[in-house]
Amino acid sequence: MSALFAAFVASAIRTATPLGLAALGEVVVERAGIINISLEGVILCGAFGALLGSTYGGVVGGFVGAVVLGAAMTAVFAWFVVRLRADQIITGTALTILAMGVTGTLYRALYGTAGAALSIPTAGPLSIPGLSRIPVIGVGLFDEPAVTYAFYGSIFLLWWWMYRTLDGLGLRAVGESPAAARAAGIRVGRVRTLSLLFGGVMGGLAGGTLVLAQAGTFAEGMSAGRGFIAIAIVVLGRWHPVGVAIAALVFGAASAVQYLLQAAGLGLPYQLFLALPYVLTLLALAGVAGRTRAPASLAKVDEA
Amino acid sequence: MRALRAIAIVAAFIAGLALFLVVLRYDAARAAAALVNGAFGSWYAFGSGTLVRATPLVLTGLAVAIAFRGGVFNVGAEGQFLMGATAATAVALYGPRINSAATVALCFFAGAVLGAIWAAIAALLRTRFHVLEVISTIMLNFTAIYLVSYLVRGPMQEPTHVYPQTASIPHAAELTRLPGGTRLHAGFLVALASAGVAWWMMRSTAAGFRLRVTGLNPDAASSAGRIDVRRVVFIAFAISGALAGLAGAIEVQGVTFALYENISPGYGYTAIAVALLARLDAALVVPAGILFGALEAGAAGMQRDAGVPSVVVSVVEAALILALLASRGIRHRFRETV
Repeated sequence: MSALFAAFVASAIRTATPLGLAALGEVVVERAGIINISLEGVILCGAFGALLGSTYGGVVGGFVGAVVLGAAMTAVFAWFVVRLRADQIITGTALTILAMGVTGTLYRALYGTAGAALSIPTAGPLSIPGLSRIPVIGVGLFDEPAVTYAFYGSIFLLWWWMYRTLDGLGLRAVGESPAAARAAGIRVGRVRTLSLLFGGVMGGLAGGTLVLAQAGTFAEGMSAGRGFIAIAIVVLGRWHPVGVAIAALVFGAASAVQYLLQAAGLGLPYQLFLALPYVLTLLALAGVAGRTRAPASLAKVDEA
Repeated sequence: MRALRAIAIVAAFIAGLALFLVVLRYDAARAAAALVNGAFGSWYAFGSGTLVRATPLVLTGLAVAIAFRGGVFNVGAEGQFLMGATAATAVALYGPRINSAATVALCFFAGAVLGAIWAAIAALLRTRFHVLEVISTIMLNFTAIYLVSYLVRGPMQEPTHVYPQTASIPHAAELTRLPGGTRLHAGFLVALASAGVAWWMMRSTAAGFRLRVTGLNPDAASSAGRIDVRRVVFIAFAISGALAGLAGAIEVQGVTFALYENISPGYGYTAIAVALLARLDAALVVPAGILFGALEAGAAGMQRDAGVPSVVVSVVEAALILALLASRGIRHRFRETV
């Protein structure tokens, strides 16, 4: 039974890591008043960047590629949304479609249609002495690839930055009232562009995690809706880094229930488990209704 | 001026695509020839390729256009299409054995109703729980995909239990082919008629007016126009879902004659590009749908004859939307989010 529970914890962390990374990036973006629907495309580009990078520089090169392509995607998004003041939701949808097309075409052009057997070097687990010895949960939490610790660390760094520094205050001011922030001398466009680039780095890292720490290969459309789930997790976590991390972990745990159910041998169809994350997201969003408040300027065009 | 801008945009994205293909070391000239050939090469190619693909694109394009006009960002046409296809298949296979016209009508009705119900889930989540419909409709798309996957491998699988698809629907439920010797079916006329009705309703009825006002400014609509915004949003979702569901029913009854997993090559997403290119005008959705039908048909030809992956079409779609955005062809939407 404890072996089963240990597998459950490991699976929860596995699901939560890429979602949490992407969602922490999106928290910063949304606190600046922008909703980046193309996060799905950013994760996909990150995954493809990991594939490209790893063919030149192994795992490290892979993560570099992931971060660079992720940030490049949000740079395009920022140009449309911040500079041209284009509609955020339509731009985001278009960029996600673009990411699907570009990665799909490049993948087939560079690696052929038989690329499914492609094997990419993966990051091995890094065991933390002491902590990983904790019974049952130790291995799942503290015998993980380095990127998982980056997720743990960024929760607290982000909390400190957002709530304990002047720049963090500026970010939150931009999200609540761009006009007031501008009057106080904050450069709104710059804050929004930089927060989007940060969101791109985190989204790229999430895509890199899928390829370099989990699947060990690339597949077309492998982001599989995680960008949209991450945006939902930001809502569930009430736009707060710690809340978002908890929401990602709860989501990971809920998805990992499938291991317990499958082990219980109820003979349920496997498609039920595959659909579970999406149905869970819907239920969770309905559940927090009326108990959260988005940054006031979220998704609105800055008319100044 | 507008025409000039449109031409400039189209020229830019064709040049961009050619460059993209050249960089990837494809034979761009051969790809272009294959594209045109696949879409317009012969009367048969135009009817069986372009117009057959345009049929679901016009219907789903209308679904998206009507929703967007009402300020409803329904990106769930894909899921609603799948549910419509499922309902029509189920009624055709297990429904009452009646004459052909009645069977066809019943299948259409079932497809539209289930599509509308699938969209109504997102409508309820938005109006009651303030859930952003971009998220909820995408989640419903994935749910629909796995539901179809389960059905065609489980309760609805064909009798020999070998292939992941349903049995073929009875002839009574099939749509008749249009004269001309191509695979074009009567569903195309349904799509044209739907566009006509939608155009008239948006333009000349009170309901269409309420929809447009709500989309432009929901606050003004409720305070100055005494419009029940929630109700309008719900109706916009339902009509949108019904049209996408009808598209799914027609695809099964006119093209595939059975339900299987990959029945839609992403029509519901292409529909967004169709609607935006048509400037959310129901009448313009028809030429826009035919243009994208030609692109899809041409892309299939390109993959076959020049080895260019057909996913390249989504690059074209996205580039087109972005070009429209950059040229400010799309008005800002004003509305509340989560």
